[in-house]
Amino acid sequence: MAFKSEEDKVAYWRDNLRLLLKLLIIWFVVSFGCGVLLVDVLNNIQFFGFKLGFWFAQQGAIYVFVILIFVYVHKMNQIDKHYGVDEE
Amino acid sequence: MDIQTLTFIIVGGSFALYIAIAIWSRAGSTQEFYVAGGGVHPVANGMATAADWMSAASFISMAGLISFMGYDGAVYLLGWTGGYVLLALCLAPYLRKFGKFTVPDFIGDRYYSQTARTVAVICAIFVCFTYVAGQMRGVGVVFSRFLEVDITTGVIIGMAIVFFYTVLGGMKGITYTQVAQYCVLIFAYLVPAIFISILMTGHLFPQLGFGATMADGSGMYLLDKLDGLSTELGFNEYTSGTKSMIDVFCITAALMVGTAGLPHVIVRFFTVPRVRDARRSAGWALLFIAILYTTAPALASFARVNMIETINGADQQGTEYAGAPSWIKNWEKTGLISWDDKNGDGKMFYSGDARNEMKVDRDIMVLANPEIANLPNWVIALVAAGGIAAALSTSAGLLLVISTSVSHDLLKRNLMPNITDRKELFFARLAAAVAILIAGYFGVNPPGFVAQVVAFAFGLAASSFFPAIIMGIFFKQMNNKGAIAGMVSGIVFTAAYIIYFKFVNPAANVPANWWFGISPEGIGTLGMIINFAVAFAVYKMTNEAPEEIQELVEGIRYPKGAGEAQAH
Repeated sequence: MAFKSEEDKVAYWRDNLRLLLKLLIIWFVVSFGCGVLLVDVLNNIQFFGFKLGFWFAQQGAIYVFVILIFVYVHKMNQIDKHYGVDEE
Repeated sequence: MDIQTLTFIIVGGSFALYIAIAIWSRAGSTQEFYVAGGGVHPVANGMATAADWMSAASFISMAGLISFMGYDGAVYLLGWTGGYVLLALCLAPYLRKFGKFTVPDFIGDRYYSQTARTVAVICAIFVCFTYVAGQMRGVGVVFSRFLEVDITTGVIIGMAIVFFYTVLGGMKGITYTQVAQYCVLIFAYLVPAIFISILMTGHLFPQLGFGATMADGSGMYLLDKLDGLSTELGFNEYTSGTKSMIDVFCITAALMVGTAGLPHVIVRFFTVPRVRDARRSAGWALLFIAILYTTAPALASFARVNMIETINGADQQGTEYAGAPSWIKNWEKTGLISWDDKNGDGKMFYSGDARNEMKVDRDIMVLANPEIANLPNWVIALVAAGGIAAALSTSAGLLLVISTSVSHDLLKRNLMPNITDRKELFFARLAAAVAILIAGYFGVNPPGFVAQVVAFAFGLAASSFFPAIIMGIFFKQMNNKGAIAGMVSGIVFTAAYIIYFKFVNPAANVPANWWFGISPEGIGTLGMIINFAVAFAVYKMTNEAPEEIQELVEGIRYPKGAGEAQAH
């Protein structure tokens, strides 16, 4: 057993899932939300030379994806440390 | 210097580099052959993953596809990057902690079933072969255009190089060669894009030039101009698509989930030392991929405007064929551009309606782009080297998965469990060699359906592997019967739908006949939902997974104690 107690183990997994859920919601909103489902609405907004929906679909969502993974890495390392299950 | 000499020098130089790296990083054990000894730095692994992932299709075809599809091209951009978020958050760290070599290993152990393992092996081999055939073809196309050798010779040269460093170096050789290949391919992609961006909009970054005003003094936004040209010429407006929303949604989802389920991508995350490195490495991989994927749509729109203006002239009245730029004549020889003077005025004209006289293949947009924009010869040669790097790096990764599947999953874990490490390594090399020969055969004699089969590969991965792995990690009670029933029904449904519309009755492949308006490219999404649903229904009717399996699953949920990938 790597965890100090059974409660820790449950809490660790709960924190992990919570983080995943938050990040996956953002992932869904920027790609499927802004880039696909709401694209026609957002296209009425001009963003530099882009229509905003088009920009999300071909540029913006990809930038957010990269940021999401690095946020995940950072937060997950903190959670691991907090529960003493990191690999140091 | 002329283009051909420069191409020989640059492509030859890159080959010498790859071979030198292969010799320096030879594999000595199965451990090194399969997962590079598990000691690859996350940034290097990120680069290697990016090169592995970005195939000849990403490098050569994607920007061209987008420039003809406009907004709809987003399905590829979102699909082939968004999958990495799923991979990084839901799969990579847990599979790394699990610590085996392959995806079939995970499926077989997690679902305590030899049947599940065998189903997974067959899927993995099939997915990889469909992919690799297309790659070899890409090498052939690049060689035949730029080195003026025939496609067969081109494919044979490509096979020889890949053979050399896959068979010798295994995963270790491949990983370090891919790092070099990533550098070559991204440089080759960015240089012409930056040149063209500066020429057309005055911006250094194509990502910004894409949304800027034209540098010709008109003060018009590039995309507005492109929308205007498109509608004037009878095409759809560039920034809005022609596909239905549900289809765009499903294709994007199928490509994302398929990406996260592709065995040659997943296996990369077994090569890093620790779980936290697997997470980081996915981030780096996506960053390196995003550099190309955010440039591609910019390049697509530049190329579109450039091509229309070159062929139709600034006044949109057409230009004299006799005075056509050399790239048109060069590509005519390959049959990828053709001109049919319908109205007999000796002028070329390109449009989306009855006035059209040109046939332009989408695949040439990236390769011909530097010529269209009149860039210096060395840039054109560089693009050739980049295209070859993209094709080689992906084929090598795929061939390795095929050889691992045969020697490890099929022989060691199924047929010959007592085999020694040395013997297993020998079989791995033999399998890689045979796989290269078969891939080369398909490169020279491409089955007419290569392009169609790619949709197949993603659909299959999405509807089979992905749900099984996700449930394997996040739903510890899921049992073998549920998972197998799910995989089989997901695959059978997806395959049947694709085979029907692509091969049995292609004439019926129109939106009116599709279920819920979902095209065969996007049906993997529905297949995935079926997989989850069937698995859950069967699980409800049978016993939950045994205690020791549930403990195994709990063990992969936290990073502590992740050793090197184990050889069992």
